[in-house]
Amino acid sequence: MIDDDHSEPLLRVHGITKAFAGVQALKGVDLEVRPAEVHCLLGQNGAGKSTLIKVLSGVYQPDGGVIRWQGDEVSIIHPVFALGLGIATMYQELDVVDGLTIAENIFLGHERSSGGLLKVKEANRAARALLVRLGHGNLSPSTEVGRLSAANKQIVSMARALSHDTKLIIMDEPSAVLDSEEVRNLFRVIRELTAQGVAVVYISHRLEEIRQIGDRITVIKDGSSMAVGLSVADTSTADLITLMTGRTVANVFPDRVPVPAEAPVLIEVAGLGLRGIFADVSLSVRGGEIVGLAGLVGSGRSEILETIYGARKASAGHVTVAGVRLAAGSVNDAVKAGIGLAPEERKSQGLILDEQVYRNVTLSTFARFARGGFLDERRERQVALEQMQALELRPADPDRATRTLSGGNQQKVLLARWLLHGTKVLLLDEPTRGVDVGARAEIYALIRRLAAAGTAIILVSSEIEEVIGLADRVLVIGDGEVLTTTDAHAIDEAGVLDLVMKGAAA
Amino acid sequence: MSEPNGAIAAQTVPETGGENRPGVLRRIMSGSVGRNLGLVIALVVLVIVGTVTAGDRFASYDNFLTIIRFASIIGVISIGLTFVIIAGGIDLSVGSVMGLATVVASLTAVQAAATQSSWLLMVLIPVGVGIAAGLINGIVIAYGNVVAFMATLAMLVGARGLAELISGRRTQIVIETGFLQFTRSSIIGVPLLIWVFLIVAILAWFLLNRTTFGRRTVAIGGNREASRLAGIRVKRHLVYVYVLSGLTAGIAGIMMLGRTTAGTSTHGGLYELDAIAAVVVGGTLLIGGRGTIVGTVLGVLIFSTLTNVFTQNNLDTSVQSITKGLIIVVAVLLQQRFASRGPSGT
Repeated sequence: MIDDDHSEPLLRVHGITKAFAGVQALKGVDLEVRPAEVHCLLGQNGAGKSTLIKVLSGVYQPDGGVIRWQGDEVSIIHPVFALGLGIATMYQELDVVDGLTIAENIFLGHERSSGGLLKVKEANRAARALLVRLGHGNLSPSTEVGRLSAANKQIVSMARALSHDTKLIIMDEPSAVLDSEEVRNLFRVIRELTAQGVAVVYISHRLEEIRQIGDRITVIKDGSSMAVGLSVADTSTADLITLMTGRTVANVFPDRVPVPAEAPVLIEVAGLGLRGIFADVSLSVRGGEIVGLAGLVGSGRSEILETIYGARKASAGHVTVAGVRLAAGSVNDAVKAGIGLAPEERKSQGLILDEQVYRNVTLSTFARFARGGFLDERRERQVALEQMQALELRPADPDRATRTLSGGNQQKVLLARWLLHGTKVLLLDEPTRGVDVGARAEIYALIRRLAAAGTAIILVSSEIEEVIGLADRVLVIGDGEVLTTTDAHAIDEAGVLDLVMKGAAA
Repeated sequence: MSEPNGAIAAQTVPETGGENRPGVLRRIMSGSVGRNLGLVIALVVLVIVGTVTAGDRFASYDNFLTIIRFASIIGVISIGLTFVIIAGGIDLSVGSVMGLATVVASLTAVQAAATQSSWLLMVLIPVGVGIAAGLINGIVIAYGNVVAFMATLAMLVGARGLAELISGRRTQIVIETGFLQFTRSSIIGVPLLIWVFLIVAILAWFLLNRTTFGRRTVAIGGNREASRLAGIRVKRHLVYVYVLSGLTAGIAGIMMLGRTTAGTSTHGGLYELDAIAAVVVGGTLLIGGRGTIVGTVLGVLIFSTLTNVFTQNNLDTSVQSITKGLIIVVAVLLQQRFASRGPSGT
């Protein structure tokens, strides 16, 4: 923590502007980072955070504005130049090479060598020192990175950042791929870094994380900084949301609608198991009910959803949808019976990013618009558009490339797909990952609306708050087993966390 | 009069929905012609170069027919291959499967049987050979999880070997008169080979752009996992796609038999490379998910026009190969620059 408010800033950015092909991405951004602080950069998707990071790391050249580094005006002309200054960046998409070892990844681009020959031992020794510094001395430098979890890959990426003489590390949404336990570990590492005098620019959508780790906050909206260097302790969450979105968000989670007693059971999972991953999962969900699965990453949450859906072949048990028993391992069967999955990795598992939006909306239903194999594309497009409008998908342009939509609107494409299909059971895996704060409330409301219309929903989320806020019933999963089933009214975040941790310890 | 008009207007307005309709210009530019504008320009430039350098020898109706006839066999193969590449795969076996088809159809026993029954037998057999080879490719790739490059490389080598074995490495002359008459016929002055090319191209265009089959092919190539999780039977569809490629190789076999009046295991050597070049130059992405039939046809025509211009000017074939290489590189470079703009083609 910083006590001395007058310490010379490490980095001072003033009035940075940047335009791409006529679009003004940055309209004048200020930022001031002090040594050894955690400075949070907050803003919705498209606010200009990524552009700013790329300017600071030398990927983009700004059109205007001043960057001062340790008091001197600099122009960061190239990523290598940024590293030379002591600015390292950890991008959201982990930039590690799976086929190389940890040490090889850490020194990628600045290998320890003499006369073209690699000094493997020295690199391993130096890598180990860095890993110890990050509190991960248990990782062996000669391990292949492809075998590591996402959290450990991030540690490797961080070690690489530190392998240059780094004074400032920019972390772009490092928590997006982590569960709550791993996030705690990440915070421990960040605190160690700041204790050693390294400054961190931390980017996240999760306001509660910023509360925990941040010292000061800069808020960016529409390419301009709305507030520079606010103290985290003195700023309320409501104020931050207002600064980010320009409007006040009263209550993020919509009110629950009681599930009618006569609502039929739509999906019944009996003794489902996947060898080596999870065993004996039984649950049933009625129409209008939302059941949340909480647990650590690796507890088997996502695998349970995927097995229910048939994307993985169950080794035990079975799934019954509205009285129809599904064949194990057949997605096609599940879809026909009325199950839909909005997968965890929206971009790689859910969407064809370069295709038009309407074709992604109709991906499960386009055959309906065909007669004798010939598609009636006009009607298909029209029906997709109506669905998009019903979900307030923005922009409501069916011909746009899906890649250009924001995270929240991409999620709506998936929901639209299953609504169009007439899905009775929706499986939602991390429905708000990569969705910014303003759009989250909208997705929550939409999920509630779907339930109110009689859909049975099974929800998986790393954010316990989200599970409790949305679900009627919560199943706590630990180590491939259902530890507890509880009414969501009867439990709070701490209670779930407690159960989760007990499960992990058991 | 005004009353019925008003009724029609009232009915049609909500259906067409005003602003949501793409503009006319946007429609044209996003249509086949607009998306392949670069290829059309390249072809026009080649025609101008040919006309200037070789005059009437080049710019004559007969010569244009020659160019298209020259393009027709590789064109039919390339059209089948386009589907495979859009689906995210590759088929290296097209040339040797075509060779095998010519050998099987021209076996003495087959020709004798054809004379006994009908020359149609010599049309059906190459088609059957192509479908069978495609089926094997598809099953090995989709259900055996073998990388398409390796599976079809194995088929390339295997089919060539089989063709050598059953022909004894001899050239088998076609003597079946009914078959020869059919393949050498002309309809309104246009040779059959060109008609076949044209019909295959039109059918393929419909298949890719207007049917569920085409939509599935593009979806799988665009994102295989997303397609699977959306409920598309990905493996089964991939088998169909390789069968289609085998089928077009078989049809090309019929055309080859007719043009050369001989079946031999050397037919179609290195055709896979020419076909891949035509498909890629035509704008189809090798990683799948995007490609056009019109582009492939233009790609094939560009290469055959180029060959013709060189031949008419009595230029060295080595120079021609170098030019081909340059065209491929430039086309791919341009593709990378412009491919990321806008939604996919069909």
